[in-house]
Amino acid sequence: MSALRVDPIACRAHGLCAELLPEAIDLDEWGYPVLRGGELPAGLLADARRAATACPALALRITTGR
Amino acid sequence: MRLLTDGPRTFAQHNAERGFVPWQRFSSRAALVDEVLASGLRGRGGGGFPTGLKLRAVTWRGPVVVANGCEGEPDSHKDHVLLSRSPHLVLDGMLVACHAIGAAEAVLCVHAGSPLLAGLIRALAERGPDANRIRIVEVPRRYVASEESALVNFLSGGDARPTTTPPRPTERGVDGRPTLVDNVETLAHLAIVARVGAEAFRAGETALVTTTGVHEVPVTTRLADLVTGPVLAGGYGGVWLSASRTGELTVAAAPGVAVFRSPQGCGLRDTAGILAYLAAESARQCGPCMFGLPAIAGDFAELAAEVPGHALERLRRRLPVVTGRGACAHPDGAVRMAASALDVFAAEVVAHTTGAGCTDAIRRTA
Ligand code: SF4
Ligand code: SF4
Repeated sequence: MSALRVDPIACRAHGLCAELLPEAIDLDEWGYPVLRGGELPAGLLADARRAATACPALALRITTGR
Repeated sequence: MRLLTDGPRTFAQHNAERGFVPWQRFSSRAALVDEVLASGLRGRGGGGFPTGLKLRAVTWRGPVVVANGCEGEPDSHKDHVLLSRSPHLVLDGMLVACHAIGAAEAVLCVHAGSPLLAGLIRALAERGPDANRIRIVEVPRRYVASEESALVNFLSGGDARPTTTPPRPTERGVDGRPTLVDNVETLAHLAIVARVGAEAFRAGETALVTTTGVHEVPVTTRLADLVTGPVLAGGYGGVWLSASRTGELTVAAAPGVAVFRSPQGCGLRDTAGILAYLAAESARQCGPCMFGLPAIAGDFAELAAEVPGHALERLRRRLPVVTGRGACAHPDGAVRMAASALDVFAAEVVAHTTGAGCTDAIRRTA
């Protein structure tokens, strides 16, 4: 099972992730990502990988297992 | 055996009064760790994690013991009093922890320029070679600098700011070495566990609490016997408790965070002031903390000052959004404290938002 994680120190509020993965990521009023949480549906995994790669700060991670 | 003596003791007096740590009983480290597990001792820095489990988690080579004496909480003075009155008990505890995890090195962290330094250096000098493995390090005086990962980062040559965890310091801490970070009160209790054993420790377990001064009390003490009225328990990142809750809870519920403060007048105004402090003390690394805390503090200031508008609605929306989104628990504590204030001072919230007027202001002008 996979889940999303943001490194809050690295994140610079570029907001790209929410644009690429609106199904799982909202932005708060300051532009920082709020993850919907829980398990990432298998159907979203490819888009999530794309979003993680696109993050300019490499702050978005996909964790697998546990 | 109590932590606090009525004044500082020389090393010789300390040993005469308390007896030596019976090292021969703990020739195996496992025996010591088992004793600590059986004692039920939990961390007194606020986390409340079982100390025995933490000792057991540090298992590989080259470990380090870090004694955290940098009390971050502005209203808490227990660690300061402990280090000034019973420094040798803390140093004993550091050596016991070293033995338990097989560490050859230990660091005692205190605030930069602390008035404690002279006494601690003197205490170390009295102890002879067994204390050579202990050094004292001065850490910048900031609220979040005393956070575990911030300390580890600072001791590794970095900033005294929290880092993104995991890994836990027990796996990768100072200079990448497994590190046991324990509050100084925890270590002092550890020295007592080693002396008297788990059973006697449990029977007489105490905690240091800060109310208007610092007191050592049995953990079975009811909070209502220490403080009156609604109080902020656990310091700035703690929770407001109503007077009826303090009648139900004992110190054992939260031994490490036993800092109590009564509202200085209006509880909402008090909370606004604390939030402003916490917002200013953000290490400004994480967006939700850097922007969220000042926004929440601003809302609370408006609520406290009875500014007409939607501060309360904004608070109800913003408080849940910030929680869990910083690298450290700093914003979570601030949010928890703010949310508990809205509960405990619910009547005041109504008075402030309906134009009835702050009850404290009314009382004062009456
Ligand atoms: S794309 Fe990366 S830096 Fe931008 S908001 Fe998302 S996680 Fe943060
Ligand atoms: S949550 Fe706040 S205090 Fe903690 S590391 Fe992030 S910015 Fe710093």
